[in-house]
Amino acid sequence: MAVCIAVIAKENYPLYIRSVPTQNELKFHYTVHTSLDVVEEKISAVGKAMADQRELYLGLLYPTEDYKVYGYVTNSKVKFVIVVDSSNTSLRDNEIRSMFRKLHNSFTDVMCNPFYNPGDTIQSKAFDGMVSAMMVQAS
Amino acid sequence: MMSPTQWDLPPELCCRPMAFVALTGLDVTYNAIHRAIWDAFCANRRADRVPISFKVLPGDHEYPKCRTKRTSYEWYIPKGILKTGWMNKHLNLVPALVVLFYELDWDDPVWKEKQSECATKVEIVRTSLQGRNTKVAVVLIQKKTPLPPGEDLVASERAASLCNACDLSGKSLFVLPHTDHLVGYIIRLENAFYEHAQTYYYTEIRRVKSHKEFLNKTTHQLLFVRHQFKIAFFSELKQDTQNALKYYRTAYSLVHELRTHETNMLEIKTMAGFTNYKICRLCFQHNTPLDAIAQFRKHIDLCKKKIGSAELAFEHTAWMSKQFQSFGDLFDEAIKLGLTAIQTQNPGFYYQQAAYYAQERKQQAAHMCAHEVRYPTPDPLETLSGALDFYGQRAWRQGHQSIDPPDAEKEKVGIQALQVKEKDVPHSELIIALLSNAVAQFKKYKCPRMKSHLMVQMGEEYYHAKDYTKALKLLDYVMCDYRTERWWSLLTSILGTALRCSYLMAHVKDYITYSMELIGRASTLWEDQKSRIEKNLIKVLMNEVPEAEPDCDPASAKAAQALWSDRVSLAGSNRFTIELLNVGILLQCKARFLSPSFHLDDPVQLHLYLKADCPHPVRFSKLCVSLSNQVLYNQFCVVEESCKSQDILEPLSQENMCLVPGKTRKYSFKFVAKTEDVGKKIEITAVDLMLGTDNGRCVLLNWRGGGGDAASSHEAIQAARSFRSRGRVPEQHAQWDTVSIQASTMIISRVPKISVQLSHKPPALSNEMYCICVSIQSNEKTVAKDVKLTAGLKPGQDANLTQSTQVTLNGLEVCDESHPALLPDIAIGDLQPGEKVEKSLYVCCVTTGPRIFLFHVAYTMTTQAEGTDITCKCHKDETVTIETVVPFDVAMKFVSTKFEHLERVYVDVPFLLMTDILSASPWPLHLVSSQLLLAPTMVALDEPQSQVEHVVLQTGECASECFSLQCPPVLNGTSSVASGQYLISWKRCSSCADAPVVTTVVTLSHVMVETIPLYVHAELPSFGRVRESLPVRYHIQNRTGLVQDVEMSVEPSDAFMFSGLKQVRLRILPGAEHEMLYNFYPLMAGYQNLPLLNISLLRFPTVSGQLLRRFLPSRIFVKPQGRQAEDASIAAA
Repeated sequence: MAVCIAVIAKENYPLYIRSVPTQNELKFHYTVHTSLDVVEEKISAVGKAMADQRELYLGLLYPTEDYKVYGYVTNSKVKFVIVVDSSNTSLRDNEIRSMFRKLHNSFTDVMCNPFYNPGDTIQSKAFDGMVSAMMVQAS
Repeated sequence: MMSPTQWDLPPELCCRPMAFVALTGLDVTYNAIHRAIWDAFCANRRADRVPISFKVLPGDHEYPKCRTKRTSYEWYIPKGILKTGWMNKHLNLVPALVVLFYELDWDDPVWKEKQSECATKVEIVRTSLQGRNTKVAVVLIQKKTPLPPGEDLVASERAASLCNACDLSGKSLFVLPHTDHLVGYIIRLENAFYEHAQTYYYTEIRRVKSHKEFLNKTTHQLLFVRHQFKIAFFSELKQDTQNALKYYRTAYSLVHELRTHETNMLEIKTMAGFTNYKICRLCFQHNTPLDAIAQFRKHIDLCKKKIGSAELAFEHTAWMSKQFQSFGDLFDEAIKLGLTAIQTQNPGFYYQQAAYYAQERKQQAAHMCAHEVRYPTPDPLETLSGALDFYGQRAWRQGHQSIDPPDAEKEKVGIQALQVKEKDVPHSELIIALLSNAVAQFKKYKCPRMKSHLMVQMGEEYYHAKDYTKALKLLDYVMCDYRTERWWSLLTSILGTALRCSYLMAHVKDYITYSMELIGRASTLWEDQKSRIEKNLIKVLMNEVPEAEPDCDPASAKAAQALWSDRVSLAGSNRFTIELLNVGILLQCKARFLSPSFHLDDPVQLHLYLKADCPHPVRFSKLCVSLSNQVLYNQFCVVEESCKSQDILEPLSQENMCLVPGKTRKYSFKFVAKTEDVGKKIEITAVDLMLGTDNGRCVLLNWRGGGGDAASSHEAIQAARSFRSRGRVPEQHAQWDTVSIQASTMIISRVPKISVQLSHKPPALSNEMYCICVSIQSNEKTVAKDVKLTAGLKPGQDANLTQSTQVTLNGLEVCDESHPALLPDIAIGDLQPGEKVEKSLYVCCVTTGPRIFLFHVAYTMTTQAEGTDITCKCHKDETVTIETVVPFDVAMKFVSTKFEHLERVYVDVPFLLMTDILSASPWPLHLVSSQLLLAPTMVALDEPQSQVEHVVLQTGECASECFSLQCPPVLNGTSSVASGQYLISWKRCSSCADAPVVTTVVTLSHVMVETIPLYVHAELPSFGRVRESLPVRYHIQNRTGLVQDVEMSVEPSDAFMFSGLKQVRLRILPGAEHEMLYNFYPLMAGYQNLPLLNISLLRFPTVSGQLLRRFLPSRIFVKPQGRQAEDASIAAA
């Protein structure tokens, strides 16, 4: 399960960021922020012509000693980042993909809310609940 | 300044091992020849030369003693894995080959003596190398160039004898002639040396391998590792890197098979580290970087948890840090040699991780070495030799290999000594060095955010190292990146550190700036923290010492207090200007002109919005807006109030100069623009707001342009999108987010109150004087002075239009090309209120097509705005598009006298010219007259008179004329001749009587004129009747100057019987005419073809009967026999 989940706007500012409360929150903010380097590079590497067929899931962005950072970019260039503990070997690529899919579905629901203003930080309870379910439960 | 530490890898491990060859018998100091030889060996050692490290040693040099070889390992218990001196010994002390240089020519006069001297020298070297497998070789330095092998019998004989004397094989004796080609000889020599060296290392490998059979797995585990390492190292010396890699890999797995316990953990890790280093290095060398990375990952995974003694945990992190650092170095080195790295796999990550471990080491050190303990005496880290015998062992129990330490007390003291030593390590320095390495790498691999993050860490480390200036510099540098990316949480954290730095340095300006930003809305601090910071800020503004920041080191905070007190007492330098470019602070400011443009007679209106985001109200003392191009306006845009410094504490919220948290305050400014600014842009260059007062501290906040910060433009967009923005907000409390910045406005001229009307009757007809009537009426309340009309073709259209358009005010005469296309500044004079003026303008358009005409009325007038008189220049433009069409189309044709269409005309044969004038004008045309101007090649048969004079043509009507003409003879048989011109004079029916008549000239087309030698024409009644005689008379005219022989025949026809000459040949005199009479007797009714008359000229075979037949009728209408046959026959006769 994830230790940090973040939704980043098209312009690269955070829309939503949530990490396990037991650890230093700031550190995760930095991890997510630095991972945007790789996301940007991966998006720009895909040619303009191929942009339509681009896969949304970007895979493992970069490994650190302690964490694995995965990325996902929607067609509207909203980025999802999931940070997983490196020691957690039970999570395979497929599980990560399905987490991103869930996240995307839930994000779509948020966007469909007529009272949500695209570009504002996300304050949806439903979204929060879904993210909580994907996070490592603090024991 | 950093000396090598315990954790640095030994240089003999990191270098590339090369075969060691000792050169003896060379006197490089005093002998020039020897010097030259030595230089040739050691200079220019490029990659293409064999890898040997040479060293000059004296002939009697003592090589390290060889220990007596062990015959049995049965009772031997090894004391460690690898001796510290071993690698160096084989790199620099024990040569693979010793070369003895000796000056001796083959024909030396004292050969015998020299030979034995040489043999002695060889013997000395051999003795010194007792027990080693080192080879010995002899090089004879000779003055003479040797003969080709086999030719010099003396040489081969003496060489054999020398080999014998020295106990050398023939392969170990070399000759070095000292001639021009020294370098060439040297290169051949060193290749030979290299072979010898390789044999040496090969035997060494065999020797080490041979020990294996004596070892057992229980007591000799360490030796397995040692031997594999040695074999690998010798393989490297032999330049057999593939095998070296193989043996290092075995050594590496053997290291991890060793039994580990607290006492030998360090030794195992050290050796694992060494072996890992070698493996990675070789992998990079073999261009298999992925293998290197995989090995390193494996290494880290295996060693991560091998912490060893808990009291010395910092040693583990130090070691880990070093592992990452040295791998980073290897990676970086490989890149310099051509490897390509990528964004997600570059040395930066390893440096970053090394820095991370270094940080951890620092924390552990701070935690474990906090207690005040003096360095123990005697020094437990002291050894007899000054160095350790084995890598990775403890000085106080060298060679100890059992599980428990031999002496618990000694162990304790030793650990204490290490802890005390750790205290002196410059941790921050190490961390910063690693971080800056990482920054350099991430910069190279396009990771700007990672770079920023590392710079933040560097800044924080500098802060911990109390180097606040550098810390601030770094933090300030990256802050704007986080600001533009709008990661407020990160920005707040950085600002917090920056604020502490500036506090500890008592840096007033920075302190104020960072406080303001931390109080502002971008900061994610809690309200109580903001409130604390704001109180401090107010203190600073009142020139007092602020409270210390929490989380500051108490000692530093105390020092800072003193610094602040000094600042307070210091006079002057209490005025600060803070430029706010994209920086969001406790106040937000937005300025907007109410409109993107203002008319000159309207006052320019400017609204300035201020909003405080801080927890407490803020009071300012001055507010001014600076505008571009005119310093004149700035005086209108100032809000000022002299306030005493104690007022800052209890501001009254209803006051104008006080900002209440969360409330938007609006300031309106109004001024009248200057006349000379018409057409110019007025921009807000800056908004300045003064906090504090001149006698206390005063801070001038300076917003560039119309204010706003990194977040506001985004917020404005969000607000515009939001459903909340739809109305509902009372105008007075305009929602802050919806206010958009309008930092510039245009000054445009006053709206003219004048009407310009045009009356005309389009379309214009080409060439006519088209009349456009302009009426100008003033609706101004005052006199419009100096009214000027500019009228004509609008500039900027096709250049050809300018050529083909003329404009005049005089409608009585037709324009010519001297008239312009645009009449500028036609003076009209002054217009009283309500007065109306009319002007007629005549336009002559030569070509057809649309044209745009411009009527520009300019005038000046005086008006009042905001109580001042201003002179305004106003102008009004009116444009109209006028199409020009042709008034009529003229068609003409040539016809014969029988109104038959003519392709060509014949000399002296009369024909008709017909002209049709078809009106294309929508307005009726009055044709005044027409005239035919004939070319000399044509003559009129009668006086041609206009037949269309004073005809009025309505749209679509046509007027036709007919002229009878004839062509005089032409020189050669046929030619194309000009016909002349057709002039039509006309005008519009609607135009006034004295309007000029327009003459349109139509050039008539050319026509072909042909001369014919014979002219035939027939004379016959207009119709015939069945069975009644039809007399036909043919006239044949000779038009040449010669007598013509003419043959004529009439072909029979079914429709006619006839009488007359059927076939005749006759002769016609020049100019004479012959007449032939036939009586045709029609047999059938209806149109009947006449019997064909064939005429052929014997002199002009080209003139065929076909041509002549054209002059004759081809058929005739025959009526049926009527009842009144008598009458009909009379008529026929």
